[in-house]
Amino acid sequence: MTAQTAVSARPVRSRRSGPPSRPQRSRSDGHPLGLTSGLGLGVGVLWFSLLVLIPLAAIVVTASQGGWHAFWQAITNGETASAIELTAGAAALVTIVNVIMGTVIAWVLVRDRFFATRVLEFLIDIPFALPTIVAGLVLLSLYGPRSPVGWNIANTRTAVFVAFLFVTLPFVVRAVQPVLAEQDREAEEAAASLGAGRFTVFRRIIVPGLAPAIAAGGALSFARAVSEYGSLVLLSGNLPNRTEVTSVRIITFIEGDRLDNAAAVAVVLLLISLVVIVAVDLLQRSVVRRG
Amino acid sequence: MAEPSIIHKGRPRPGAARASKRSPGTYVLRVLVIAYLFFLVAWPVYLVGRNAFARGLTDLGAILSDPYTVYSLELTLWIAVASVAINTVFGVGISLLIVRFRFVGKRVLNALLDLPLSVSPVVVGLALVLVYGGRTGWFGPTVQRWGLTVIYDVPGMILATTFVSLPLVIREVIPVLQEVGDEQEQAARTIGANGLQTFFRVTLPAIRWGVSYGVVLCLARSLGEFGAVKVVSGNIYGETRTATLTVENEYLNFDKGGAYATAFLLTLVAVAALLVASLARNAPSRARSAPSRGRDVTEQPRQPEERR
Amino acid sequence: MAIQRSRTAVAAALALATTLALTACSKPGPAGGPGATDASTVGPPVTLNLVGYSVAEAANAAAAQEWAKTNEGSNVTFRTSYGASGDQSRAVLNGLAADVVHFSVESDITRLVPDLVDPRWNSGPTKGIISSSLVVFVVRPGNPKNIHGWDDLIKPGIGIVTPNPASSGSARWNALAAWGQVIAAGGTEDQAKDFVTKLYANAVALPASGRDATTAFLGGTGDVYLTYENEAILAKQSGEDLDWVYPDTTLLIENPAAVLKTADPKAQAYLNFVLTPAGQRAFALKGYRPVISGVDTSGIPGVPDPTNPFPTPKKLLTIANDFGGDWAALSKKFFDADTGIVVQIIAGTGKS
Repeated sequence: MTAQTAVSARPVRSRRSGPPSRPQRSRSDGHPLGLTSGLGLGVGVLWFSLLVLIPLAAIVVTASQGGWHAFWQAITNGETASAIELTAGAAALVTIVNVIMGTVIAWVLVRDRFFATRVLEFLIDIPFALPTIVAGLVLLSLYGPRSPVGWNIANTRTAVFVAFLFVTLPFVVRAVQPVLAEQDREAEEAAASLGAGRFTVFRRIIVPGLAPAIAAGGALSFARAVSEYGSLVLLSGNLPNRTEVTSVRIITFIEGDRLDNAAAVAVVLLLISLVVIVAVDLLQRSVVRRG
Repeated sequence: MAEPSIIHKGRPRPGAARASKRSPGTYVLRVLVIAYLFFLVAWPVYLVGRNAFARGLTDLGAILSDPYTVYSLELTLWIAVASVAINTVFGVGISLLIVRFRFVGKRVLNALLDLPLSVSPVVVGLALVLVYGGRTGWFGPTVQRWGLTVIYDVPGMILATTFVSLPLVIREVIPVLQEVGDEQEQAARTIGANGLQTFFRVTLPAIRWGVSYGVVLCLARSLGEFGAVKVVSGNIYGETRTATLTVENEYLNFDKGGAYATAFLLTLVAVAALLVASLARNAPSRARSAPSRGRDVTEQPRQPEERR
Repeated sequence: MAIQRSRTAVAAALALATTLALTACSKPGPAGGPGATDASTVGPPVTLNLVGYSVAEAANAAAAQEWAKTNEGSNVTFRTSYGASGDQSRAVLNGLAADVVHFSVESDITRLVPDLVDPRWNSGPTKGIISSSLVVFVVRPGNPKNIHGWDDLIKPGIGIVTPNPASSGSARWNALAAWGQVIAAGGTEDQAKDFVTKLYANAVALPASGRDATTAFLGGTGDVYLTYENEAILAKQSGEDLDWVYPDTTLLIENPAAVLKTADPKAQAYLNFVLTPAGQRAFALKGYRPVISGVDTSGIPGVPDPTNPFPTPKKLLTIANDFGGDWAALSKKFFDADTGIVVQIIAGTGKS
């Protein structure tokens, strides 16, 4: 088809040398808005506001309605504070594990393509595609009271840890994979030829190149873990001060019609999301700058 | 053609992966990775299938013949399709505006569009309740006066599902639009095509793989939504209970067999979506123009698609 | 060829999506419930929204099924929503569609009066009550921790599962029973407060609803679970492995129901049916104690002794006799969000 041929005839961004480039822009960086496009933008932004921006703003407004004091009270209430602590703590732990395992998995997938690679790629994507309540049942089958090998961690903090691990599995892997794939082998080979051991090469050449990707993946993994809800409903028992996570606390408030408390705790989660988005954005820019 | 989404980030360049020297370390790593993925993903997923068929086809048969469960599956589908349709129209439109036009606040809008991916689904539900809740919402009473129930009814669930999957089409279409460039469109204009003609005959065909890809991702995500829908639905059996809510309900109502059977169906759908996506990523135009996207984190924020 | 395969794949996905879209094209209507068949003699089909508390689903489903066999109930479909009694009541206030409500405690109905429910809702012969039960202690099979009475609950190391009174009706019954049994034995209010404090100190979980608490206990949490007798019977019927103990002194649980002011007349017809022997037997088969006389209670599965499915406890407390009969006053005294005795006790344990 004409359009397709035209696409392939375009100059291709060089992949081999230089840093990954910024997305190509049209020459003029965009036409000015005309009538139809202006209208379209207006409608689009209106829809986006009604669906996303205003509702999220409503959370912030509701949470701040009682002033700072009420907000602080709400999130430092014993059970709520425990929930936030547990969630953040487990998410941090899981992120550390993901950073290590994610890099290892990415390594094996990229540098060591063997018979099982496609299967592994498929497995890694499953936590993305599975509804979270199903993920909970999935983990319950092996790690719950009816486990065929008797590994029962239901209603424990370990369950929270494992659930987080499951849903955040792909993040670091998928962030690191493309960077690893792109990495210039020449520097590694040069180092190896100068006598550096494999581990030294890994530590001083490969990892620094991967660091922003790992960090970005880790940040996303943290944000995802902190937001998790569905898989914990059946698995963790939601025991107050023990296995209750922040999202469960929020739902308890919502169902109890204590929307102001719910909003206060939700603001904490939103702040985390915000920090993560900003961090990831900065990391991306730093890579581009470093070149 | 742009390489799509996060699911397929990081396909190595064909031929670039030289076999590294096989050291014992290699095998250790392989075993470690295989074991990790086996115990975390493979075996548990297999067990769901096994539990679903533990009593033969009884459980599966029971849920498929129960009109309420069938209804919940249909409802899930209906809501997902509605969400996908809305997000596709909005997504393509906004993508075009962002890539082809310049306006104040473009970068901010671009960044904001990724918000829904990092917000917890429970928070999404809360946000919608605060604004559209019938009695105490910001717009709730107004909307009710127009005869529309949002919260505790299907429209609210559509909103929730649309919210969580909003960026998925956009993130697939924007890179494609950028890759394709607007020369074709400009050419079309010089020969006298108007905006609509240009869109339907030049732009849309050029981005159709990106759009299709985004649609598949959006559909899979919408089918699997749980937390946000739970908050806004009221869980009305026979009215607003979706497939994911059914799984939870059956488990809590002493019907573990039914829960596993429904979960199995949902897993099948997820796996099917993955397979389609995984096959589709080998699209040839991508191979021709950019073997490996390698855009990774240096380009637009590309957070992986998530299931909640 | 790779080109064909990938294009086929995405095309297949789109085709699938389109087919799905077409089949789902019109919003699916409510599922046909039992009995929504021959409407020729009884008029057009009616849909009733029933909002109930968490453990009442099975019983109402059974009663609805029996009702559907009658002329009057044959053209009715139910849409139901179940959850913690307090939460559901608030949801109805916030717009959850309802024609009939069946809650655990009276205060959850009076919350809807007078806006949504007529103030004379409880002027009928049973004063609005349609189901009843007792507070019992559910224990692990064989009762390994040897729990037989209230005093066993407050022993150190015993883990109690009881729901959270803020959202659950069952929780309120449990709390009142715990309080009332001290008073009935001659204790003072301070002693009762002391007992209830020790009780909640031993609570290892405070789930949001009765059903959530059942799930928590069955999932392995705690040594003893305070709940409705009917929930224990239902769990047993459903194959769960548990035993329960009737303490010497316990509280009669009475669950009210009402129709909303905007409801279809069939809603009242349903409640009328539930109060007939046939309706009460349907409830009894799911573990509830009848609220009228003359109900056949033979052959109930899941009970320890089918010849005497609903044993009489040594001392039965009632709200009317032992608590002054005024739910509004009780709610305020014990469960007010700021000053309620039980609420404060729980907040003191840091578990709310």
